[in-house]
Amino acid sequence: MSDKALKDGPMHYCPGCGHTMAHKLVCDVIDGLGVRERTIGIAPVGCAVLAYDYWNFDVTEAPHGRCPAVATAIKRLLPDRVVFTYQGDGDLAAIGTSEIIHTANRGENITTVFVNNGVYGMTGGQLAPTTMLGQKTATTIKGRDVRRDGYPLKIAELIALLPGTRYVERVSIHTKAGVERAAEALRTAFKVQMDGRGFSLVEIVAVCPTYGARSVKEAYDRVENEIIKFYPLGILKDEGL
Amino acid sequence: MTPAKKILITGNEACGEGAVTAGCGFYAGYPITPQNELTAYMSKRMDECGRVFIQSESELAAINMVLGASLTGERAMTTSSSPGISLMQEGISYLAGCQLPAVIVNVMRGGPGLGNIAASQADYFQATKGGGHGDYNMVILAPAGVQEMFECTYEAFDIAERYRNPVMILSDGIIGQMMEPIEVRYPQKSVDPDKSPWALRGCKGRESRSIRSLFLKEGALEEWNRDLQRKFRTMEAKEVRYETYKTGGARLIFVAYGTSARICRAVVDKLRQEGVKAGLFRPVSLWPFPYKKLKGLDKGTTVFFDVEMSAGQMLYDVRLAVADDSRVLFHGRMGGGVPEEADIINIAKKAVKRK
Ligand SMILES: Cc1ncc(C[n+]2csc(CCOP(=O)(O)OP(=O)(O)O)c2C)c(N)n1
Ligand code: SF4
Ligand SMILES: [Mg+2]
Repeated sequence: MSDKALKDGPMHYCPGCGHTMAHKLVCDVIDGLGVRERTIGIAPVGCAVLAYDYWNFDVTEAPHGRCPAVATAIKRLLPDRVVFTYQGDGDLAAIGTSEIIHTANRGENITTVFVNNGVYGMTGGQLAPTTMLGQKTATTIKGRDVRRDGYPLKIAELIALLPGTRYVERVSIHTKAGVERAAEALRTAFKVQMDGRGFSLVEIVAVCPTYGARSVKEAYDRVENEIIKFYPLGILKDEGL
Repeated sequence: MTPAKKILITGNEACGEGAVTAGCGFYAGYPITPQNELTAYMSKRMDECGRVFIQSESELAAINMVLGASLTGERAMTTSSSPGISLMQEGISYLAGCQLPAVIVNVMRGGPGLGNIAASQADYFQATKGGGHGDYNMVILAPAGVQEMFECTYEAFDIAERYRNPVMILSDGIIGQMMEPIEVRYPQKSVDPDKSPWALRGCKGRESRSIRSLFLKEGALEEWNRDLQRKFRTMEAKEVRYETYKTGGARLIFVAYGTSARICRAVVDKLRQEGVKAGLFRPVSLWPFPYKKLKGLDKGTTVFFDVEMSAGQMLYDVRLAVADDSRVLFHGRMGGGVPEEADIINIAKKAVKRK
């Protein structure tokens, strides 16, 4: 077996899916920091549930939304390991809201990689808490309506407010510069953990071309023209390294 | 064996001390009556022992923290009471599906819904017949006193580890909150998770591993289930526990566990004084249920009398064992009611006269 964090071979994600790039970025950072052999990853329930097929370090899967609780226990027992959760927007911002908020607020020394693609990919493109107003999904065929479906949730902003969090950044991977920034943000977030400073989270604005658009290009254009206008990129909290 | 030490404590505290002595390295819990003393006890003792205690934000978080702790190879426990245990069911199913050991304690209270905070035994179905989704079983131990709260918990960790499967202690509010002197004569155990052949602790010096319950490849989940079932059959063969009391020559045998068994034991003595040959069969493992042992006590005309603090849940297992419904009597109290000795004696005497 190779000593790289990302296993060789194809991933099952749809063409243009944000998870492919997000996996690669996370694995590059783990390799760059030289921590593969002491990393434990927690995969979500969502399209990324099969992450353990791609990640060449110890990986477990948590029940839908519960990654932060699982990670909390692992890290408390193994404080010198690098522990991170990888979660979609349904996993983190809907069913798992309680766990992510309390884990962050306890200041657990873990890192969360939050892949926000604005829909539930795995179950067929339904409304997510992060879905844009007016956006059509399998359960909002006329578009997200505030009165029926409520507002899009900026959960990273919420988490940044908590005293237990040390580093929160939102990045996007629809451009080359964005990908480079994402790598930097992930590196910083992992380093915050390695320095024992507390909770860190990187939100990656990603696309689900299968359920978010008619083509990969349209999906990427939407990120540029709409999504990052509502979900502004940048550091939401940085309590210095 | 270390020399016996006598201490006076509650059932809940005895349970906690059993866990501490068994080397429990991680505890997470969320307050709920009638098991609050247990969470409080663990918060104190785990700190004293330099182990991890977390008061979680919910029972959902607690059971998933236990899952995380368990997959590092540490001994892990959570405790709650009925509504909280209902919330944990998905996590318990994941533990079984991932083949992870853990100890879960249910100090039962009255239901359904918020019910009340009085002792009850109405979670028998949930505990023994699945609770969570999918084909799984777990050893369910039912202590009938403070000493057994300690012993069952102490042993539960070994059973859980032996099979890599969750184990549940099914107690109730009376056993949890009563005080009795107990003898603590068990050696302190410790585990070395670094030696675990399956735990996730980072892949230094070995191939990377995963722990999961998802199997999407054609036939893979059925294969996994077959492995689980083989394990459950072994548990059925090896983990049966029960106690008999004056069942020799008995014409009427009470079947009861936990608090109900304590009451029936007193009833047996009273009936014997009146010349009624009564005995008690007390399952300690509710799963695996001691079907064969109970069947073995049947002389063909023996009357079995199941007493529970429920509408009759273990009753189905008793009927299954005896395979003659006409000889299985039942008396139960619901919603926190406790069976009265006089009521039990009346029903018993009438039945014995009839036969
Ligand atoms: C308890 C529970 N409820 C619902 C589901 C079904 N489910 C699986 S994934 C998912 C949503 C995933 O969406 P997201 O977290 O955004 O991940 P994505 O697939 O978009 O990456 C749902 C609702 C489940 N597996 N478990
Ligand atoms: S459905 Fe969407 S999120 Fe899932 S793999 Fe396909 S593109 Fe990615
Ligand atoms: Mg999503």
